[in-house]
Amino acid sequence: MFAYILKRLFYALPIALSVTVVSFMLVYLAPGDPLNAIAPADAPADVIEALKSAYGLDRPVPVQYGLWLWRALQGDLGTSIASGRSVVSEVFSAVGNTLLLAGIASGLGVLVGCVLGALAGYKHGGGVDRAATALSVVGVSIPHYWLGLVLTIIFSTWLGWFPAMGAGPGGSTDWSWDWEHVRYLVLPSVTLSVIPMGIITRTVRALVADMLAQEFVVALRARGLGGMAVFRHVAKNTAPTVLAVAGLQVGYLMGGSILVETVFAWPGTGFLLNTAIFQRDMPLLQGTLLVLCMFFVGLNLLVDIVQPLIDPRMGRG
Amino acid sequence: MNFVRKQLPRWLVSLPVALLLHTGAQAETVARYGISMADIPLTTGQPDRGAGAYQFTGHTIYDPLVAWEANIATRPGKLVPGLASSWKVDPKDNKKWLFTLRKGVKFHDGSELKADAVVWNLDKVLSDKSPQYDAKQSAQVRPRIPSIASYRMVDDYTVEISTKDVDSLFPYQLPWFLISSPAQWEKLGHDWNKIASQPSGTGPFKLDKLVPRQRAELVKNVAYWDKARMAKTDRIILMPIPDAMTRANALLNGQVDIIETPPPDVLPQLKSSGFKIVQNVTPHVWPYHFSTQPGSPWTDIRVRKAANLAIDRDAIVKLLNGLAKPAKGQVDATNPWFGKPSFDLKYDVKTAKELMAQAGYSPAKPLKAKVIIAQGGSGQMLSLPMNEFIQQSLAEVGIQLEFEVVELENLYLHWRSGAKSDMNAGKGITAINLGYVTADPFYAITRFVDSRYIAPNGVNWGGYSNPKVDGAIDTIRKNFDPKIQDKLLAEIHQTMVDDALMLWVVHDLNPHAISPKVQEFVQAQHWFQDLTTIRMK
Repeated sequence: MFAYILKRLFYALPIALSVTVVSFMLVYLAPGDPLNAIAPADAPADVIEALKSAYGLDRPVPVQYGLWLWRALQGDLGTSIASGRSVVSEVFSAVGNTLLLAGIASGLGVLVGCVLGALAGYKHGGGVDRAATALSVVGVSIPHYWLGLVLTIIFSTWLGWFPAMGAGPGGSTDWSWDWEHVRYLVLPSVTLSVIPMGIITRTVRALVADMLAQEFVVALRARGLGGMAVFRHVAKNTAPTVLAVAGLQVGYLMGGSILVETVFAWPGTGFLLNTAIFQRDMPLLQGTLLVLCMFFVGLNLLVDIVQPLIDPRMGRG
Repeated sequence: MNFVRKQLPRWLVSLPVALLLHTGAQAETVARYGISMADIPLTTGQPDRGAGAYQFTGHTIYDPLVAWEANIATRPGKLVPGLASSWKVDPKDNKKWLFTLRKGVKFHDGSELKADAVVWNLDKVLSDKSPQYDAKQSAQVRPRIPSIASYRMVDDYTVEISTKDVDSLFPYQLPWFLISSPAQWEKLGHDWNKIASQPSGTGPFKLDKLVPRQRAELVKNVAYWDKARMAKTDRIILMPIPDAMTRANALLNGQVDIIETPPPDVLPQLKSSGFKIVQNVTPHVWPYHFSTQPGSPWTDIRVRKAANLAIDRDAIVKLLNGLAKPAKGQVDATNPWFGKPSFDLKYDVKTAKELMAQAGYSPAKPLKAKVIIAQGGSGQMLSLPMNEFIQQSLAEVGIQLEFEVVELENLYLHWRSGAKSDMNAGKGITAINLGYVTADPFYAITRFVDSRYIAPNGVNWGGYSNPKVDGAIDTIRKNFDPKIQDKLLAEIHQTMVDDALMLWVVHDLNPHAISPKVQEFVQAQHWFQDLTTIRMK
């Protein structure tokens, strides 16, 4: 097992290095000028040139990358061109807010997806199956942005049950776990949970239906095992695949959703990326992308490590 | 009598105390303002994010030497004394300006404003050798104060600023230059990032709390020097909500009390729910700026005039649900710089077709032109639907437009580089659609027609060059009589319109939607709104 973990860690290293290259270079591929973040639109050429020099943007791109990577390895992602604040503090405060939102949305999506999927798999071909399948198709197909707006119009504007935007009455820095704050989470987390819910429902449904048709389930039933005992075996056998799919979905949510966070003015990584992209704030964009990608790499590594613990066959390969 | 003798002193003592307690117990008035930006603009002194940001973290926390009158809605504002109670040009050397500072003005940290603080602030943005130099603040303001050559402190309350050339319009540059506290910079260890959360200016509000991308809380400065501009609300909370629909929902839901730029589609619902739409003539124009370089199809004045006559501006205003005003030129027709152009920007397809026919084109044999536009962004209004409307309208008279759609940030690159550059002429781009701020003579007029500002030296994008106009600009700069300045500016504007230098479409009205809880909000005819005028019920 130890060798397996080491191997996975070793595989993760080149991926991480590639991620740094992509995070840094992608930003250069987009049209626009990072100095737009600080210079007014009508800034004359001499002001632009002076700024380029002040921010080191006049150096060759590989040199900029080398310096950036060296500082990143020491935990310094530079400072935001637009705000002057440290990128690390900007990203981590946003990551905290996104984790809060994505955690709730993931929990909701995985829980509802597993329950609906299991029900649909058990009642394969029946009314429950059709309803769950329809719901999952809607969940996967519906645009986040549109759903967020519709939910806001119904539950915030018309009914006045939940706030339309924000991360608490005093902002995310004053967060506490009481209803006054938690109500700010309801609409964005429901909006965000719909896609993972749909995907997990479909995955679980297919796996459970497939599993129930396997010979070992017939054998278990022939031995007189009850419904719950059979379910435990089915659940254990479907878990590794569900875990892998859920891991990807959770990773996707942790990356923040630019659209959902913008619709709800939720100060997470998606909102931060949105700001950074439109301002061409390169250090902030590069730092945020790097942290999110590393998070994804870490999460996949974690799933790779956890999977053999559940299904030892996977660790042997 | 005994009762009176015993009770009177008690009453005399207790009544004022009770009144005092009552006053103290009165609830703080709070206005929550949903702003369209994605982050709070810089709070260190010179706000970033364009002209619209000055109303939020500029003229609230800080003051300029010369201010813009922004607490009047019924007419365009004018320059008024700010931290300088008066200013004059040296009669012997017209390049020298003397500013007399107000006495007794204090920064929020308690230090006093004196001439050395003004010089320190000029160094902060103009002298990269000074320890307080801040590249970010400098980048914001340097392009806005291009005339300054040098400066010095004459005495504790007098500052002398010299301009590069004689420039009578120089005071118009000064509302952009805001004064921050040198004492606070010393106290916070020369760290501008720390100052961002603990700024100190002389303005009518102090910054109480800053949560990046979420909120800035401004509290009334009760010791503000200008009693006539004392804030009418105790606390203003600025909340960045970049999505227009989310802003409207937040207003309808009661999370905010004021929003800027409500989406046009929601106006009927807002009005029927008791919210008020406040708008006013605003120094903004939404034009197509033509290239007048050789090879551009717009070099022919008949084509430029035909384009201006082919647009039904009232229909565009309808498309925007009334949140705009048809343009008659670069500035609004009520502006003193409008003049009396002979070319009337009206909807006249017949004349437009005749002009196109004279130029050798028709709907069957259209003139082809490529225009670069933004997909949206600050000042661009409803960019795509409006551009599609214009595309259809011009096709009717024989002008076939092709759009190159880019993000606003990218559009700025094309703008700064000028029509002649490879980036534009090389790609066949012969017009640019960009919303322009038209707040002062330089911003509204001279920067677009002065041949010395042809890009990349400035934003005379199309390369317009007219010796008569250049001469008039020189005369304005050397003339210190505002009436003569206005007259000459009107003449230049007249020439711009008669030359159909641009295709002018509409002026933005900078709409705000306000909740019934807001008792008063004066919307000035400017991008500088005065937040001290907000009064809550």
